[in-house]
Amino acid sequence: MFSSVDDVSARLAVTGYLASPAVATTAFLAARLGKPLLVEGPAGVGKTELAKAVAEVAGARLVRLQCYEGVDESRALYEWNHAKQLLRISAGRDESWDETRTDIFGEEFLLPRPLLTAIRGDEPTVLLIDEIDKADVEMEGLLLEVLSDFQVTVPELGTITATRRPFVVLTSNAGRELSEALRRRCLFLHIDFPEEELERRIVRLKVPDLDEALAASVVRVVGALRAMDLRKAPSVAETVDWARTLLVLGAGALDETVVRDTLGVLLKHQEDVRKAAAKLDLAAL
Amino acid sequence: MTGVDGRITGLVGALRAHGVRIGTGETVDAALAARELGFADRELLREGLAATLLHGAAQRAVFDPVFDLYFPRGVGAPVGAADDQGADRENLRDRLAAALAADDRSLLAALAAEAVDGFGGYGGSSGSDGWSAYQALDRIRPQTLLARVRADVRARDGGAGFADRLLDDEIRRRIEEFRRLVGADARRRIAERRGRDEIARRAVAPTADRVDFLYAGRDQLAELRRTVQPLARKLATRLAARRRRAARGTVDLRRTVRSSLSTGGVPMRPVLRRRRPVRPELVLLCDVSGSVSGFSDFTMLLVQALHDQFSKVRVFAFVNRLDEVTGLLGRGQADPDGLGARIRAEATLTGWHGSSDYGVALGEFAERWDAAVGPRTTVFVLGDARTNMSDPNLPAVRELARRARRVYWLNPEPRAQWGTGDSAAPDYAGLVEMHECRTARQLGALVARLLPV
Repeated sequence: MFSSVDDVSARLAVTGYLASPAVATTAFLAARLGKPLLVEGPAGVGKTELAKAVAEVAGARLVRLQCYEGVDESRALYEWNHAKQLLRISAGRDESWDETRTDIFGEEFLLPRPLLTAIRGDEPTVLLIDEIDKADVEMEGLLLEVLSDFQVTVPELGTITATRRPFVVLTSNAGRELSEALRRRCLFLHIDFPEEELERRIVRLKVPDLDEALAASVVRVVGALRAMDLRKAPSVAETVDWARTLLVLGAGALDETVVRDTLGVLLKHQEDVRKAAAKLDLAAL
Repeated sequence: MTGVDGRITGLVGALRAHGVRIGTGETVDAALAARELGFADRELLREGLAATLLHGAAQRAVFDPVFDLYFPRGVGAPVGAADDQGADRENLRDRLAAALAADDRSLLAALAAEAVDGFGGYGGSSGSDGWSAYQALDRIRPQTLLARVRADVRARDGGAGFADRLLDDEIRRRIEEFRRLVGADARRRIAERRGRDEIARRAVAPTADRVDFLYAGRDQLAELRRTVQPLARKLATRLAARRRRAARGTVDLRRTVRSSLSTGGVPMRPVLRRRRPVRPELVLLCDVSGSVSGFSDFTMLLVQALHDQFSKVRVFAFVNRLDEVTGLLGRGQADPDGLGARIRAEATLTGWHGSSDYGVALGEFAERWDAAVGPRTTVFVLGDARTNMSDPNLPAVRELARRARRVYWLNPEPRAQWGTGDSAAPDYAGLVEMHECRTARQLGALVARLLPV
């Protein structure tokens, strides 16, 4: 998939995803060692985007399993198409029971869900298991078989093994502690807020019309906010939003008024806004 | 490859000694990763090994210094190191100021190595006996460069604009980074002399959640506070899940049979016995005397974060007098730094002396706030149970245990020290359940297990 770490960075950059060395290295290893990649980090640093970018670069289809509380086997793995099974049964009334029974648990009546889809295909696949921390613990047990052997067992059909291993990305906001067994099967990557220089490049890439000096100031202010120990630190997505806002407002440079009026784009708690205003010496809001 | 394999297994051994759980499979992966990445780029190798060996972001704080020991930036003295110290110090400071102004990471790392080599050595004249980051930093004094670096940057950038007011903090962060680099390089030099494995085990600080409450330094306390926030969220989701499961209830046979009359006695729909949602009450009694203040601060932060889970939380602090501080812990006032100080300033906690007295404090609680404890209350007592030789007032605790639903005592001292000196821990432990609770990790595990749902 990739020839070197630099190759990863360069090709991801083409899709508009600027990867830090850590991200590029880990993605490279995940492809080389054929192991799933568990990505943790605060919201809005590009965990999901990474999977999308890798899929785009590799020309692979992206299969996404969005986890939520209560997602279960039939949503993640496969389901039997009951309606079709019933139709089949009523269509063949004069058959014997044995014929009917063996028939209705065949490929034709199987509804593959994301995990099975990702494993069965022959084309290159990126499997994104998004927000795994939102799913119940039982879901993790289900994933263990899929992630260690890349196979799925359907009782009626037997074990289905992947002919071509998908590139798997699991993302988590650390809302819940994941099991040790799951972690052990994955390469671990913590994406944090990017370094100043990288974030500047991201802002320039996403908001190309913004003045370069202003972009630098934007990144510095965001960096200072993140160092403030707020309830919710601004993410990269919010940095970009802020940059866009400033562009729309036609602000040529940051000054007290502009920052004070637009702080709400970056900070989502009144408490944080107050704290930041005090630390940045902004006049009372 | 044997040399490299040895390095990797050594690194794994050192990480395990610090409580990072690594299986053989991960070690093999790490070796494979090293083969894929090669050794030319040290930072790539670092990321690759971290990805294969670690399972959580908190472990990174242990991993990085250990990695620096096993895969050092260089060996021995930095190239081109001078030996004439007197004139050199100013020269080094000049170059350091320039590097700080330019925020040049690799130059800072090189300067850190040079600083340790030139100013960190002590002992014999040629080839020193040891290396000290403290001594090197004491002579270089990077913190005094702030004004100079600020002036440099302003002169170059013009100094106008809003972002300029952030400059001081940014420079301070760069200086802090330099200090860290000096520490890492000193450890590397010591390790060369005294054996890597030993230094990796002794000189690398444990992860924040394993730091002993009673011996944590100021920086470690700040980091511990940061680990409390996610811990609280984790516990909250776990408690919510537990409560949800508990709420489903059991089958009510009588009502099931009765409702089955309409379907000819066939119980089509089981009727579940609904539990009345009772939100438990929590009472905390915290020793906030100097010796255990770190510990009580954390527990209170944790409880503050878990506030939503309980219908009523009341917190009492004591040294030798006891006072209610629930009001001071209200949400929105989450200012962990000032919390301990605010409590000590605004509540009446001491009488005519400043050392803790459990007997008097517990007695005062039983006397003045006996209404706070009822059959739905779970009481946590937090403290080391060191009574300074005064009467432990066991009857008050016995009465407390009788009235409350449960009473747990969390003690930040190692179990082996209970009962030594003026500790009344065994006496109290005979009346209520007492647990050793020395680190944030233990605290999290205990609170998750003991909290009522």
